[in-house]
Amino acid sequence: MATERFTKDHEWIRVEDGVGTVGITDHAQSQLGDIVFVEVPELGRNAAQGEAVAVVESVKAASDVYSPVAGEVIAANADLTGNAALVNEDAEGQAWFFKIRIANPAELDKLMDRAAYEAFVKESS
Amino acid sequence: MRYLPLTDADRKAMLAKIGVADVHALFADVPRDKRLTRLVDLPRAKGELEVERELGRLAARNVPAGSVPFFVGAGAYKHHVPATVDHLIQRSEFLTSYTPYQPEIAQGTLQYLFEFQTQVAMLTGMEVANASMYDGSTAASEAVLMAHRITRRHKAVLSGNLHPHYRETIETVARLAGHEVVAPLPHGTAEDLTGLIDSTVSCVVVQNPDFFGQVRDLTPLAEAAHAAGALLIAVFTEVVSLGLVEPPGAMGADIVVGEGQSIGNALSFGGPYVGLFATRTKFVRQMPGRLCGETVDKEGRRGFVLTLSTREQHIRREKATSNICTNSGLCVLAFTIHMSLLGEAGLRRLARINHANAVKLADLLAKVPGVTVLNDTFFNEFTIRVPGKGAEVIEKLAAKGVLGGVPASRLSPDNPDLADLVIVASTEVNTDEDRAAYAKALREVL
Repeated sequence: MATERFTKDHEWIRVEDGVGTVGITDHAQSQLGDIVFVEVPELGRNAAQGEAVAVVESVKAASDVYSPVAGEVIAANADLTGNAALVNEDAEGQAWFFKIRIANPAELDKLMDRAAYEAFVKESS
Repeated sequence: MRYLPLTDADRKAMLAKIGVADVHALFADVPRDKRLTRLVDLPRAKGELEVERELGRLAARNVPAGSVPFFVGAGAYKHHVPATVDHLIQRSEFLTSYTPYQPEIAQGTLQYLFEFQTQVAMLTGMEVANASMYDGSTAASEAVLMAHRITRRHKAVLSGNLHPHYRETIETVARLAGHEVVAPLPHGTAEDLTGLIDSTVSCVVVQNPDFFGQVRDLTPLAEAAHAAGALLIAVFTEVVSLGLVEPPGAMGADIVVGEGQSIGNALSFGGPYVGLFATRTKFVRQMPGRLCGETVDKEGRRGFVLTLSTREQHIRREKATSNICTNSGLCVLAFTIHMSLLGEAGLRRLARINHANAVKLADLLAKVPGVTVLNDTFFNEFTIRVPGKGAEVIEKLAAKGVLGGVPASRLSPDNPDLADLVIVASTEVNTDEDRAAYAKALREVL
């Protein structure tokens, strides 16, 4: 079964066979409001952990999306380019942003599991 | 009471806090020879009447554009601005209002910005235009940055016949951002940029009519750029030309930028002017500046909003799409009012008069012995070759009371090939008498 982790910047990452699928959390989309535009990273880009690689823009603000781990971007979700509202509908499912080949799996240990993330959200709200 | 509230002790404390020895260290980026080391030698006190007299004497050393036959262009043009424009923009609601940070409360401001955008989009043949930039040159440099964001490449190819000020602005930003610029020197003749376009190039920047007044079909260049995955940025310095010349949007341009001064705005010693910026809808998220939109309120009444500003610096800080996104509100208003007064038919008529006047002038000057008109096409501006140095000819003409144009060497001083070229503009303000005076004076000085 896939491992699921969360960042303090409200990204999720689901890991299978050394590849992480990354998106923003349902909590993040509800805070941003109506999402009107998503900019995904280019393929082949090498990202450091915590580096801004994508942008999500709502009617209120434009925010960076940070890579939860270091690695190479191997896929980007083309569906989001034409249909940014998908992030509001299914943030933690169909509206993934990009897939990354994880350089150092140990970095996942620094991230939160679902229970810890939910506690973190509750605490910071 | 002290007018300046800071004491020496305050200054010392602030400098110590940021770890700077003295205030001059804060100006290290300004070249030493450009800094004043002491106050300018001015009298300590003078009466109001004396000051007025002295300033009047200084001002009289200028030759106002309206007082002589005037043929100076090369990026800034003397046109007739109807009195209505100045009268309306001086209403205090417009004259003193600052950029709308709480925009929807200022519906009038948003409405004229919306109308301005509509005018710019129609003029350029593009789908969307922003609420303006500082001026043509900064709009051009922003267009290059935008093309870099879209293509994720960082190399711009500039036409050699792009206005030198525009080129310098683009090069300055590129130098600081670590981007590459490839640009032949201005040369005044036909050029083929296609050999410079490859898959590392983000955009090709070309001016039409160009710095020397030549008008060209940009379509082949647009096709060459697109074939390499690059964008075509079309630049204009004379917006009135769009009343006659094919709009850049129809020739395949992806971004169109230019100077809007000619409509509604006086020469004013070079500024403030207004930068126009238009592009295709698909690129709108990468466009700098702000965009006003039309909508309806909850009762269905027409209203205006700031549709796009989430990427501006007051929200995105250092990650803003652009950090030169201030618009030129009052100049925009003057442009919009003047353009509304002209209407589409009026603009076309104005453009035809400009062109006809320039043709008459070119015919007259071509008959002056020793003078060659370089252009085979032009709108209201063309380039002549004179015997000797263009700059000296212009000085001699000025002594005879004719401001005869801009020597190319003035804007491109390091280029000896241009030393005998003079760029000449003729707009609707020039009369047959003006043109005859120019031809006569030119005969006399050569």
